[in-house]
Amino acid sequence: MATMTIAKAITSGLRAVLADDPKTLIMGEDIGKLGGVYRVTEGLQAEFGADRVVDTPLAESGILGTAIGLCLRGYRPICEIQFDGFVFPAFNQITTQLAKIRSRSSGMLSAPVVIRIPYGGGIGSIEHHSESPEALFAHTPGLRIITPSNAHDAYWMTQQAVASEDPVIIFEPKRRYWLKGEVDTESAGRDAFSAQVVREGTDATIVAYGPLVPVALAAAMAAEEDGNSVEVIDLRSISPIDFDTVTASVEKTGRLIVTHEAPTFGGIGGEIAARVAERAFLSLEAPVLRVGGFHMPYPLAKVEEQYLPDIDRLLEALDRSLAY
Amino acid sequence: MGAEHLPASEFDIEELEQSLVTSDPAAAPPLVQLMAPDGSVREDAKYGQYAAHLDGDALRAMYRDMALVRRFDQEATALQRQGQLLLWPPLLGQEAAQIGSGSALKPQDYVFPTYREHGVALTRGLELSKVLRLFRGVSNGGWDPRESNFHLYTLVLAAQSLHAVGYAMGVQRDGDDAVTVAYFGDGASSEGDVHESMVFAASNQSPVVFFCQNNHWAISVPTEVQSRIPLSNRASGYGFPGIRVDGNDVVAVHAVTRWALERARSGKGPVLIEAFTYRMSAHTTADDPTKYREAVEEEKWRERDPLLRLERYLRSTNTAGQDFFDQVTVEADKLAASTRADVLAMEAPDFEDHFANVYGDPHPLVQEELEWHRQYQAGFAEDNAGRAEGEAR
Repeated sequence: MATMTIAKAITSGLRAVLADDPKTLIMGEDIGKLGGVYRVTEGLQAEFGADRVVDTPLAESGILGTAIGLCLRGYRPICEIQFDGFVFPAFNQITTQLAKIRSRSSGMLSAPVVIRIPYGGGIGSIEHHSESPEALFAHTPGLRIITPSNAHDAYWMTQQAVASEDPVIIFEPKRRYWLKGEVDTESAGRDAFSAQVVREGTDATIVAYGPLVPVALAAAMAAEEDGNSVEVIDLRSISPIDFDTVTASVEKTGRLIVTHEAPTFGGIGGEIAARVAERAFLSLEAPVLRVGGFHMPYPLAKVEEQYLPDIDRLLEALDRSLAY
Repeated sequence: MGAEHLPASEFDIEELEQSLVTSDPAAAPPLVQLMAPDGSVREDAKYGQYAAHLDGDALRAMYRDMALVRRFDQEATALQRQGQLLLWPPLLGQEAAQIGSGSALKPQDYVFPTYREHGVALTRGLELSKVLRLFRGVSNGGWDPRESNFHLYTLVLAAQSLHAVGYAMGVQRDGDDAVTVAYFGDGASSEGDVHESMVFAASNQSPVVFFCQNNHWAISVPTEVQSRIPLSNRASGYGFPGIRVDGNDVVAVHAVTRWALERARSGKGPVLIEAFTYRMSAHTTADDPTKYREAVEEEKWRERDPLLRLERYLRSTNTAGQDFFDQVTVEADKLAASTRADVLAMEAPDFEDHFANVYGDPHPLVQEELEWHRQYQAGFAEDNAGRAEGEAR
């Protein structure tokens, strides 16, 4: 066991894969000497050299496109995109090339590129630095998308993403980078593509992921003071989604609230609501509710707290669900 | 404060313009040519040596390959017209650019084509009918790129130029002596991925040859819309050499490509080759060039036909006689017939195969949907069986 911040847990996970497999390499903007704008790759270039921890030219499509070429040569690149809002120049390479290379080659080729993207708001930043674009990628077959919410998962899910034969996007909850937690460096405990019940309850279920897991847990604690027992699921994997864990919980509690920072329209919450309606309709005591972002570009930092789901908005939704 | 408060312009804009230009980036670069359209040999002190090894056998082989792929192209066009292919992008006119460059490659070199490189495919030893699997709609790939070091066709323009650079970055890390070649056209040269690939290749001094076939038309839009300067001149902006070669001169293309490959192989970094050629046919079988270009232009380029040029040389120097050309025609017709037979024998894939390769590792959603699909299909089988039973009664 070791206590680490989420950021350092990712650093340790990256160090482990670089040490383990000489074909792995990290590439991105400012990740070498600087150690990344969030210092997640700090020290790794000094340890593994500039050929394995690569400061690339400032071009996201270039990073992803060359990573695909490196895969075809037998390498396993881990790409860092500096901020959520800067991934879009690489959107074409990710969706038309990376996601399809296995299917269009009938399984002959693969490109197990890992893409790390710090995401989400609540950091008081300027535009394009606080977005949650996960649904745009989840809609693309061929990609896997995961998001850790704690240091232990950050350490292991990073390594599990590299071990996957598929391209994996890791959305890292940047406002939680400095959240400390216990990391069991001996055992992962579960695979990266499953959900985890992080708090048991009987009256309602909250599904959260990434930066909102601590918020959901805090809301559950507040609800307990009012005599309501809330189960919290850390979704962990956004594609695929572990619907078995979600459905089992709803069958127990009968009520479901899904929360994410991304706008609710066309989002992951809608997908979960639809699946739960298909799988556990008769278990539902109330409509599935979503607590997420509004249908607007991410708001200005000075008022972002009115946009971000918080404890009160979750409790308001819980009241509606329980009163239905 | 409005513009009326600004003083009247006293600047000599023209003089400032002149002072900005140190060397004219729009100046036409020399066109490397080793064989004139009439088949006569052109001396070139610099690049001639890279073609010096081409003896009669080699030149006859180049002619044969150009003739074979032209016949193949003609057959594919016919197959599309007869409804046997969904679409076909003809290479007519670009045979020398493709056979000339492809024949300069070594086995370890790796090609990243766009979707018109049928001639390059031939030089890589790819069975040509496999290319047609894509255009028949039975595969999005059709061959194993690792067998021929010829990557799958890429339809999203220029995406493959970055793959070529990434592959070359891997080659550098392996300490290998392979070179990658990124093929693209004058239209795709405007894509951001070409720019980024040149930035990455220059930054890493990667062993990449950017092979731009300037066939003058991006569907209906002429090259002048893509660039105000000759495309090969762009290379200097990235810090590596650019060279314009007569793309209809198979010998010159071969020589220039060989030079670029050896240069890249020796660690000197990337080269941009602009093969100055012409798309003598339509963009694809869905295109109609009469709507945007003049017949007189096509006629002008017909005089520069790459096969005709080499034929004139081979005949005038007695390197090949009528027997040779007859024999090539017979072989080409045979290829056309086998291509047609191969295409007609291509069967629709099993829809279930689509579920198999979305992911490499097991995926619960794909598995669930596959099972649903199977049950749904099985329901039809039961219905049909029940109906047959009912009819039997």
